[in-house]
Amino acid sequence: MIDLMARCLPLIRHRVLLVGLVAGLLAAAPAYAEQLNVAVAANFFGTLQKLAPKYQQANGNELLISSGSSGQFYTQIREGAPFDVLLSADTDRPKQLEAEGLTVPGSRFTYATGTLVLWSPKADVVDRDGKILRSGGYRMIGIAEPRNAPYGAAAQQVLTALGLWDKLHQDRKLAVGENINQAWQFAATGNVDVAFVALSQVSTDGVITGSSWLPPQSMYTPIDQDAVILARTSKRATAESFLNWLRKDPQAIATIKAAGYHVGQ
Amino acid sequence: MSAGFYSPDDLVALWISLKLASTTAVLLLLLCTPLAWWLAMTRSRLRVLGEAMTALPLVLPPTVLGFYLLLFLGPHGWGGRLMLRLGMQPLAFSFGGLVVGSMLYSLPFVIQPLQGAFQGVGVRALEVAATLRASPLDRFFTVAVPLARRGFITGSVLAFAHTLGEFGVVLMLGGNIPGRTQTASIAIFNHVEAFDYAAAQRLSATLLLACFALLLLVYGANRRAGAIAAHP
Repeated sequence: MIDLMARCLPLIRHRVLLVGLVAGLLAAAPAYAEQLNVAVAANFFGTLQKLAPKYQQANGNELLISSGSSGQFYTQIREGAPFDVLLSADTDRPKQLEAEGLTVPGSRFTYATGTLVLWSPKADVVDRDGKILRSGGYRMIGIAEPRNAPYGAAAQQVLTALGLWDKLHQDRKLAVGENINQAWQFAATGNVDVAFVALSQVSTDGVITGSSWLPPQSMYTPIDQDAVILARTSKRATAESFLNWLRKDPQAIATIKAAGYHVGQ
Repeated sequence: MSAGFYSPDDLVALWISLKLASTTAVLLLLLCTPLAWWLAMTRSRLRVLGEAMTALPLVLPPTVLGFYLLLFLGPHGWGGRLMLRLGMQPLAFSFGGLVVGSMLYSLPFVIQPLQGAFQGVGVRALEVAATLRASPLDRFFTVAVPLARRGFITGSVLAFAHTLGEFGVVLMLGGNIPGRTQTASIAIFNHVEAFDYAAAQRLSATLLLACFALLLLVYGANRRAGAIAAHP
């Protein structure tokens, strides 16, 4: 036991040194820099990771990003989760939090609107008009769970508008993923031939890999994603500055658009 | 291994996992030793109830466990309100909360090997020690504990490894906050969500190798402990 402790002691001393070093660095950081705890829906996580360094460069503040599902964050925020800002995948949860008095009044706005796309990783599978859906040139279609995932609900609306939903459902031709990332994985791994996914998942700088069809926006309710500042924040001014930047900064808007979202209708 | 093999965030996540797993293992050993001893030795009818209750975390889906813990430890739950009344912060979304969650989650993995090991010691050896005028405490520390050492090794390593791989409880109760409650398994989930499969694979391989090495260690140690017990 004593032998073990003797061996651990240098390690402990090393740690004290490290802690001292980190504390020194923190003390040396500019006084105005703050850390914002941002809870972000999984579909926007990659985009926010690209935005964070740009925001930090512009304002000096750092984003501490937690990714998860909007439903999970809703539950956690009600139980006092220490987030300053929520970037949700829908408008329902932010509205619900607003109604419960858990947000800063007037802070809610739509930061991005998602675009639904029927997609295959292979070229020449999905035609430009989406005729493949009627012709039945596929074994299964991947979609996200319509009850929880906004993109799943949109996919259901498109298939219903085409008069295909009931039949596909009956014939068990729908592979339902828990969220939109799972729907994407079904198609990317070849387990389904085509899937309804988010444009943000399959486009890099406006170019879509594989083949795709963009259903007209009139076929589904816009997939608006709302942001709110949470009432428990102690950094309200910083949170407001971040959301303001997200809404108005040309660089931020360009990054969000390049990721496959619409901004500001 | 190059210096940039892990990102700084991943290193922090690994450190949190390591801290969580070792804290949980140590605390569980302290809690479970008397509990397992009681379960092994008692003739009370309450034993069945105790066994069933301590095995429950095996059956409950981790996300359900995490959800109930969140409700219980949050500011509206009993646990959270008690903490507030005592002038402390509720445990949800803190490292302390993760320790509580992990202890519950890994409880059966310590109780069961320990109980089995204590039962294996048998009443006989303890009675012999008693006739030599060893006090109950003496009998426990000088007879039961050394004979049950396989149970202690297995229990502590399983608690450590099981906590290392924990996901659902930590995600729900911790909130996936970098530097505070984001463990390595949550960081893997984040990388997959962000389509960064290379980073996810690096962390996954690390966890896989670490847990495999640990399990090899347990089974190796158990073999030796078994050999010593057979030919002292």
